[in-house]
Amino acid sequence: MTRISRRGLLKTGAAAGVLAASGLPVRAQAKRGGRLRAGLSGANTSDSWDSRTHSDLFMIASAQGAVFDSLTEVKADGSLGGELATDWEASADAKTWTFNLRQGVTFHNGKAFGADDVIASLQMHVEEGAKSAAQPIVAAITEMKKMGEHQVQLTLEAGNADFPYLLSDYHILMFPAGQIDEAIQNGIGTGMYKVSSFEPGVRMVATRVDSHYKDGDAGWFDEIEYIAINDNTARMNALMTGQVDAINRIDFKTEALLRANPMIRIQEVTGNQQYTFPMLTNVAPFDDVNVRRALKFAINRQEMVDKILLGHGRVGNDTPIGPANQFFFENMEQTSYDPDKAKFYLKEAGLDSLDIDLSASNAAFEGAVDAAQLYQASAKQAGININVVQEPADGYWSNVWLKKPFCACYWSGRATEDWMFATAYEEGVPWNDTQWGREDSERFQDLLLEGRAELDTDKRREIYHEMQQILKDDGGVVLPMFANYVQAVANKVANPDVVGNLWQMDNGRMAERWWMS
Amino acid sequence: MTSVLTIILQRLGLGLVTLFVVSIVIFTAVNLLPGDFAEAILGQGATPEAVASIRRDLGLDQSPIVRYFQWLGNMVTGDLGTSFAQLNFQTNLGGGDLVGVAEQIAPRFANTMFLAGVTAAIAVPFAVGLGILAALFRNSAFDRATNITTLSSISSPEFFLAYILILFLAVLNPVLPSLSNIFQGMSFGERLEKTLLPALTLTLVVTAHMMRMTRAAIINLLASPYIEMARLKGISPMRVIVRHALPNALAPIINVIALNLAYLITGVVVVEVVFVYPGIGQLFVDSVKIRDIPVVQACCLIFAAAYILLNLTADILSILSNPRLRHPK
Repeated sequence: MTRISRRGLLKTGAAAGVLAASGLPVRAQAKRGGRLRAGLSGANTSDSWDSRTHSDLFMIASAQGAVFDSLTEVKADGSLGGELATDWEASADAKTWTFNLRQGVTFHNGKAFGADDVIASLQMHVEEGAKSAAQPIVAAITEMKKMGEHQVQLTLEAGNADFPYLLSDYHILMFPAGQIDEAIQNGIGTGMYKVSSFEPGVRMVATRVDSHYKDGDAGWFDEIEYIAINDNTARMNALMTGQVDAINRIDFKTEALLRANPMIRIQEVTGNQQYTFPMLTNVAPFDDVNVRRALKFAINRQEMVDKILLGHGRVGNDTPIGPANQFFFENMEQTSYDPDKAKFYLKEAGLDSLDIDLSASNAAFEGAVDAAQLYQASAKQAGININVVQEPADGYWSNVWLKKPFCACYWSGRATEDWMFATAYEEGVPWNDTQWGREDSERFQDLLLEGRAELDTDKRREIYHEMQQILKDDGGVVLPMFANYVQAVANKVANPDVVGNLWQMDNGRMAERWWMS
Repeated sequence: MTSVLTIILQRLGLGLVTLFVVSIVIFTAVNLLPGDFAEAILGQGATPEAVASIRRDLGLDQSPIVRYFQWLGNMVTGDLGTSFAQLNFQTNLGGGDLVGVAEQIAPRFANTMFLAGVTAAIAVPFAVGLGILAALFRNSAFDRATNITTLSSISSPEFFLAYILILFLAVLNPVLPSLSNIFQGMSFGERLEKTLLPALTLTLVVTAHMMRMTRAAIINLLASPYIEMARLKGISPMRVIVRHALPNALAPIINVIALNLAYLITGVVVVEVVFVYPGIGQLFVDSVKIRDIPVVQACCLIFAAAYILLNLTADILSILSNPRLRHPK
């Protein structure tokens, strides 16, 4: 079942029948009790409960996934639900947002949750000198108004239809106003689990609070223990010997060993994690759209998925919008390996053959150099001679990426279309790694602004589909594959039919969503 | 006795000089690591401006010589500094509540010492006992078997031994946990159980050296006239070795034991990573990964100090165990 993509599952009405017939656990059987022990990577001795500093799984699963809550939450099926906000409403221009807050919620230290906490928790990202990855999201708020104990109004500098989505970011957690320093010290949130012990870079233990507003929907374990295991082999060992019940990020090379163990199942979801080859569209020869098209037909995507990801992924179609996005254009015609078409476009560009450098390093993604060599081999058939330049891993992101005209790159993707485009495809933004702008497509940049302020879902779908089409045909990125999130779980732990694909480990929320079978 | 005191003081002085030289080596080596904290922490976001701003905040833009003397000065006053990872987010906390490197290392170091202690408690009696038996039954099948086994275990890389032990003691016969995640507030018994596998791995690594030195030192003495005398008195071979040969063989044995104890503190890095043992070695690896130089340097310095101190102890003990050195003419 884990091989079926979430969206594919939802689309086919028959899926429900399949699941019922296969005897997989359904939500109704979820029951309270037990202790979840998970071995997780991405931990560090300098970890703290300061969500502004969070960047890897261990703290995300501990903080947003268990101890703290956000205003909104991306559910496992990709839809947006309320967490500490019950509902929200936008003005017609998507500029002013009013959030109604949940009543009767208390922090672990007994303080009641209200509008002041929301404002203080947002403010901490834009404080003087604060370093927060969510700074751009919060900086776009020009006014925060407390409308009542349980209502806030946030005004944005420009309309943004995805704003509630952005508030589900794992950096933006709700802290108790006036006690933020204390909460960062001890981990005081409103989540389903209360910290009982936290040793940074080593271990986090939390126990279930007695009553919580999610009771009956989530939070089945009595206690959770997250153990920091950064080493791949040690993590696998811990699961194989039953020391932990679940691990994230399994090594594809040893996956067969895990599969052979009858007590363990592999959980695999395709999200937005993508491996790319961006080219600078303002540098010759990549400024010629026909050269870009030739390069897109000269790559063998399926071979990349098979050999670089060992099958754990799906082919990409040269747009950064992936299966975890709301408006993913799944049925867009797939660009596939076709040396003749590549030759045709090369001729259109007035060329018989093409010699280019491709910079790669495994700092971009695991296997990037191998991928570049595969590309080299397949492109040769089309008369394109790729010279693979192996770059040093250190300093790759400052010296090669955004600087060399054609290189290997990695993106974890974004939860919303606009967020992804605004990060890397809007004219002039610092991470625009294809130098994609108005000169390349006037239409794309117009649609980007139009889609941002559009509240109508059908219209937005049209807009984002058209943008994906433009990128696929003319864009500066060759995006051959989306890499799966692959994790392993012991059979004594059960999970719902649909597992989140926004991030590893059910979006880091296994403490809430899984239970002991 | 005064002469012994003088020797100890001399050695301590020399140790300090060595430590100073080591500090230069550490600083140079750490600074030769490619990449730096700013690039490591920023990853894809390492635009030149962002890198420069972090470097400025952490003082990484100053010349290495200035940084070295700042570090040395702080070190002399007992200030190990603050980890970059902490400093980087200092402004978030309004400058307060930073955890110093010393506080970060202390619990980890205590864990490493515990592991070293457990290993020593197993390995030293085991190795010396084996050595004595091997000397007693020298050139027998037992002697050969012991030699081959210990030598092959010392010749194998630690992680290999660790996985072999995991295979036999955790996977095939699940008697011991493969994960040594000890934590504060664990009972001593539990802690011991979790520490046993890494301790056994380390035992396999250090036994050969100690055992062979014990065997060689004893065999060396067995040709001495006083041993012959003891044998002629009709004492049992075991008693000859334990009572007559061993005390005179102590100096080299102690030396080797001290060296191996030092190894238990400084050489645990790989074993700690394999077993996820939260000691100083794992902290060291994590810190090297993100180029957190203050932590890396402090760890190195602790390793160096442990090595120097244990060597010093070995020297002093061998002096004390040898009357000729104790009362020089």
